[in-house]
Amino acid sequence: MQFTINGTVHEADIDVRTSLLDLLREHLGLTGSKKGCDHGQCGACTVLVNGRRINSCLTLAVMHQDDEITTIEGIGTPDELAPLQAAFVKHDGFQCGYCTPGQICSATGMLDEVKKGWPSHVSEALDGQVDLTDTEISERMSGNLCRCSAYPNIVAAIREAAGLAPVEHEVVGEDA
Amino acid sequence: MKLFDYARADSPEAAARDGALANVKFIAGGTNLLDLMKLQVETPEKLVDISRLALNEVEETEAGGLRIGALVPNADLAAHPKVTAGYPVLSRALLAGASGQLRNKASTGGNLLQRTRCYYFYDPASACNKRDPGSGCPAKEGFNRIHAILGTSDQCIATHPSDMAVAMRALDAVIVTLKPDGDKRRISIHDFYRLPGDTPDKETVLEPGELITHVELPAPPRGRQLYRKVRDRASYAFALVSVAGVIAVEDGKIASAALAFGGLGPMPWRNVDVEDALVGKVPGTAAFEAAADALLADAKGYGGNDFKIPLVRRTLIACLRDLTEGTA
Repeated sequence: MQFTINGTVHEADIDVRTSLLDLLREHLGLTGSKKGCDHGQCGACTVLVNGRRINSCLTLAVMHQDDEITTIEGIGTPDELAPLQAAFVKHDGFQCGYCTPGQICSATGMLDEVKKGWPSHVSEALDGQVDLTDTEISERMSGNLCRCSAYPNIVAAIREAAGLAPVEHEVVGEDA
Repeated sequence: MKLFDYARADSPEAAARDGALANVKFIAGGTNLLDLMKLQVETPEKLVDISRLALNEVEETEAGGLRIGALVPNADLAAHPKVTAGYPVLSRALLAGASGQLRNKASTGGNLLQRTRCYYFYDPASACNKRDPGSGCPAKEGFNRIHAILGTSDQCIATHPSDMAVAMRALDAVIVTLKPDGDKRRISIHDFYRLPGDTPDKETVLEPGELITHVELPAPPRGRQLYRKVRDRASYAFALVSVAGVIAVEDGKIASAALAFGGLGPMPWRNVDVEDALVGKVPGTAAFEAAADALLADAKGYGGNDFKIPLVRRTLIACLRDLTEGTA
């Protein structure tokens, strides 16, 4: 079977049961996409298929022979980080880093959805321009869990990559 | 996962013919089916891949409604301008369900056929009359916080998990199918799901091989629309209770009402008595309480889910207030 991943055609001889995630990791050595829950609950395996973010653990590789698949390996390199990757580094948007490839792929797809004007559960209006507030970012990224709970920094990184101004958070406490 | 044969269907007709054989499943988005296959809750011998069929358009019908292809992803349907404008209750229900990644993959037809998230159904080591008929229902005396309070039977107290289907039920959707012999069938969503009774494994009236090709909505209903979902966390969780409501107020009285509920029953729940308690009445606490009484007349808790009875009463009344406030 043939698969187009990050613009390169790969051949793989696989069992029909192979998930897209297992194809990437176990057959093609593209281990950037991570296996967390393997049931579509954590988002660590998020990749882009024809530009749309999906859980690669919950789809069969055999169903994607004609698709353009983009993984974290196709988004940036250590020498040439994509804007989202650079923003995650700058804002410390991770601790252990296991969820990060999924977060970056998901945020890439999410920002494209925002560009298309797709509403979310927290959008006041269903049509028109999306005001990408922190609440919007959190809701739209709810399919990506971070066990280290780096969420505030992930939101800050996505804000920056989306070209939005940083939010001044109030400092709370006696010594503030 | 058990081994299966895989075939990609080139037409709906061929898919329906292939699907009529024993132990064959259609696969579209696969987000629920593959999850269940990994756990061996589902063990099909063959998957017929319908994901490339040309059933992914949203078109207007002559009656001024919408004809939604069964393969339209949940994300696209939620954002479709005709849906956001005419059927906001449907957009809101879709956006309240799952995650961005899942909505990009999950299909309209597949969403209708989602299986319950009952813990015992999902655990092949446990008895479950839905998964293994006759084996028993441990949920009745077990952990049943997420379970049904309406429409249950001695055999099964599972809920239907969909948000989308709740809105579809409030909107009087019609499910259009293709049978293996080539016949088409139009099934009102009100007749589509079955109560568990003694056969909780049979969830819909679909026959072997019968393929959902479209879902049709009548012209946009008049009045105000709303979907409210109450869940354990703010996002990405199934409903404890949810309400899809469409209400029109004219001359200070409720002229029409359509109310459907998630998290309460084995199917997206709708009870015409609830609407009868409202139509013709002046919006207000008396009418709203009467509607909640009608909804809950036969409600039965199983311990862990007793809280749903007061919760849905309060949620319904809050929704009715929002649907009618400022209309008098």
